[in-house]
Amino acid sequence: MTKLAGTSGRRYNVSMLIKIRTSADLPYSEVTPEHIYRSRRDFMKTAAAGAVGVLAGSVIGGNPDALEAAQLAALPAAKKSAFVTDPAIDPLNTFEQITSYNNYYEFGTGKGDPLRNAGRLTTKPWTVKVDGLVGKPGNYGVEDLVDFKQLEERVYRHRCVERWSMVIPYIGVPLSAVLAKVQPQPRAKFVSFETLVRPSEMNGLGSAGLQWPYVEGLRMDEAMHPLTLMAVGLYGKVLPNQNGAPLRVHIPWKYGFKSGKSIVRISLTETMPATTWAVQNSNEYGFYANVNPTVDHPRWSQAREKRLPGLFYDRETKMFNGYGDQVASLYAGMDLRKFY
Amino acid sequence: MNALRSAWRAIGAAIAFIVNGRVFKPAVFILCALPLVLVGYEFAQVLTGRNPDALGADPSKALLEELGEKGLTILLATLTVTPIRRLFNVNRIQRVRRMLGVWSFSYIAIHLSAYLVFDQACYSAATCDYHAIWQDVLKRPYIFMGTVGFVILLALAITSTQGWTRRLKKNWARLHSLVYVAALAGIIHFIWIQKSGVSRPLPWIIWLAVVLGIRLYYASRKRLAAPRSPVTA
Repeated sequence: MTKLAGTSGRRYNVSMLIKIRTSADLPYSEVTPEHIYRSRRDFMKTAAAGAVGVLAGSVIGGNPDALEAAQLAALPAAKKSAFVTDPAIDPLNTFEQITSYNNYYEFGTGKGDPLRNAGRLTTKPWTVKVDGLVGKPGNYGVEDLVDFKQLEERVYRHRCVERWSMVIPYIGVPLSAVLAKVQPQPRAKFVSFETLVRPSEMNGLGSAGLQWPYVEGLRMDEAMHPLTLMAVGLYGKVLPNQNGAPLRVHIPWKYGFKSGKSIVRISLTETMPATTWAVQNSNEYGFYANVNPTVDHPRWSQAREKRLPGLFYDRETKMFNGYGDQVASLYAGMDLRKFY
Repeated sequence: MNALRSAWRAIGAAIAFIVNGRVFKPAVFILCALPLVLVGYEFAQVLTGRNPDALGADPSKALLEELGEKGLTILLATLTVTPIRRLFNVNRIQRVRRMLGVWSFSYIAIHLSAYLVFDQACYSAATCDYHAIWQDVLKRPYIFMGTVGFVILLALAITSTQGWTRRLKKNWARLHSLVYVAALAGIIHFIWIQKSGVSRPLPWIIWLAVVLGIRLYYASRKRLAAPRSPVTA
């Protein structure tokens, strides 16, 4: 681990909760041909069903745009990671589930809207502006920030604040490795991520009821935590646009809205950034947004969750989404009812 | 101005042609039944595993939302019957009003059942926590508002028969004007579920505003024309 503000000296025992894979295990990027093959088959079927569905006035049909997903570029081989879930408890969601059910309000507030509308987003070229308390500010390409020779595949639980969850095989690098390249200054206490705003390619900007750009952020020690991932792919391929191409963060112990997509700016600051959902409704969404079964959303209880594509809220929500052994120490002494 | 008037007359004639046709009532019935049949078929596909993706990644939520949205749509269609009758003088449209009202109640009743089964796990007496449901109604404003709408629709559905119409006499119209409160409760329920903005419920909000506007216009005209007669809007 890189030695940086607020993180030195912490040790993390990942083996306590997360199954360490043996060398015999194949990464998903190697076994995915089966998945990809099957999801392609499903897409063909869904697309055909979708065409029929439109004629028959079907309520929710498949979408032909999903076919594009099968044409996503493959990523270089990713390393095996210790950060994988136990498939007996948290089996993977399918590629289609992960890429057809998204919250990406820039493309519409419906869960199926991003799949329908994000296809027109151009992700090449892509520039990330890095500014604030860093030694090397400037405009970076994706390859400048992410070392594609160091990609890891991690299987993470993803828990939405809306009470549903999925299990996703992300590919990326630790955010700490990205930040190390831009040399954070010791004064930096927070990092914020801004999502792209491009009206010519985003149809949902006018009607989502949010302020743009979408801003999310982390405390520096959260950002440097080894679990915090800068993702560039899933299921062996580059990220589909609706999942936040070309690069997004994923913080598995926090509600999904903390994990900003299609990042165009990374800023390091001394003060806590004003984050989008906390600005939109501070009673319901806080800066920390740690998964917490004991702190209710004002409109619903967070005690249980629905693992998609399940029908019922039949899973008990775990503190820090089950990553408590690794991250609880970050919040020692904090009142998590107050800092929700 | 003349062109506008003749266009208006043409629309009126077209509506009269549709409404007076013999297939109008059965056609409205089929239109009301169709979304329920479709979503029921797709949900059955999910349950049997024949097509697990028929309703997307969150099938129980898709079912719940489809039932609620179509129930509200048919409820507003019910409220649109009288304005169309008055604007275009097509009295025979009135014969589908009760049917539309009962259909909207049916959708909302199934919507509520889906909430109880999937959100509250009430698929058996052992898993059903009545206290938790009651707490939900009291604690969550959007659920409270949905419950208000449902209770009103229940009362209106029960008293929608001819027997009750006769028994309640003038009070029947008074009671059934609560349908506007039910529609408003349904729309507020819809707005309060949104995480941000009102873009999704907006079409229904505008629809209710237009229908209410027309009704208020006629009510005010009536009041001006005959200030002594009782208003039975």
